[in-house]
Amino acid sequence: MATAHDRTGESTTGPVSLDPESAGWLRALRGSEPDRRAAVERLHALLLRIGRSEVRRRSARFGVTGPELDDLAHQAAADALLAIIDKVGDFRGESRFTTWAYKFVILEVSAKVSRHFWRNPRVPLEIDDWERLPDRFGLDPAAESEWRDLVAALRRAVEEKLTERQRRIFVALVLTGVPPDALAAELGTNRNAIYKTMFDARRKLRAALAAAGLMDDGMVRRS
Amino acid sequence: MNGWAELDRFLRTDPRDVGCAQAMELLHVYVELVAQDTGAERRHPGIAAHLRACGPCSDDFEGLLAAVTGQDD
Repeated sequence: MATAHDRTGESTTGPVSLDPESAGWLRALRGSEPDRRAAVERLHALLLRIGRSEVRRRSARFGVTGPELDDLAHQAAADALLAIIDKVGDFRGESRFTTWAYKFVILEVSAKVSRHFWRNPRVPLEIDDWERLPDRFGLDPAAESEWRDLVAALRRAVEEKLTERQRRIFVALVLTGVPPDALAAELGTNRNAIYKTMFDARRKLRAALAAAGLMDDGMVRRS
Repeated sequence: MNGWAELDRFLRTDPRDVGCAQAMELLHVYVELVAQDTGAERRHPGIAAHLRACGPCSDDFEGLLAAVTGQDD
């Protein structure tokens, strides 16, 4: 996995001039106390509106309804506001100020929603139920003869090629169905670390299946 | 065919993939490029690769895109 923009061909962003609206936000947030207070109030209202929309957008998947949804939006907006005020000096004008600010509330909603997973009856992380794999990947039971060898080889590769931590995370995410953010919270780590572990695991598994002639090497080539 | 397209996709990795931390760091920039249709994927291929592979980051991207394009109501 790439680790730096110059290695990945990502465009870097140089100094930019602020659009008038963003400049206005910064001026107000750094201005006199009455201006600052008014701007904070306006920003909170915006964050709450975006937070409410976002919890509604995600609600069907995490099974929360009614007043609890609005509580969650309020918490996300309040936490996002604090973070924005704390980090407003980091805003570099690469986007509109509001887009940058909305990111905070979207990520707050995302984090809070992920914690709801563990409110359901506890799911043991170590359930190693390979019967679930075909359903997880939409493998047609009627065509089992076509994928049986592939799944058996995948299971062998998980057991023989992955480290203990990679295997544990594979089992939790793929076989048990724990969402990545919920798993990260449970393991005291973060989404990026979970993703990196799985990225390396996926590469190893692909290589093992390719070596067995069951898949191509699957590497996406740089264009 | 044999219906294993999803497994194939799951096991496919892209060396340009920047991971969650970098993708989230520039998500606001990427979202505006997408909203303005101004070459987001060409300018940030590593973020595009990541969003194709990471469900949670892709979900955050969709939420922010809805917020900035006014589809959040």
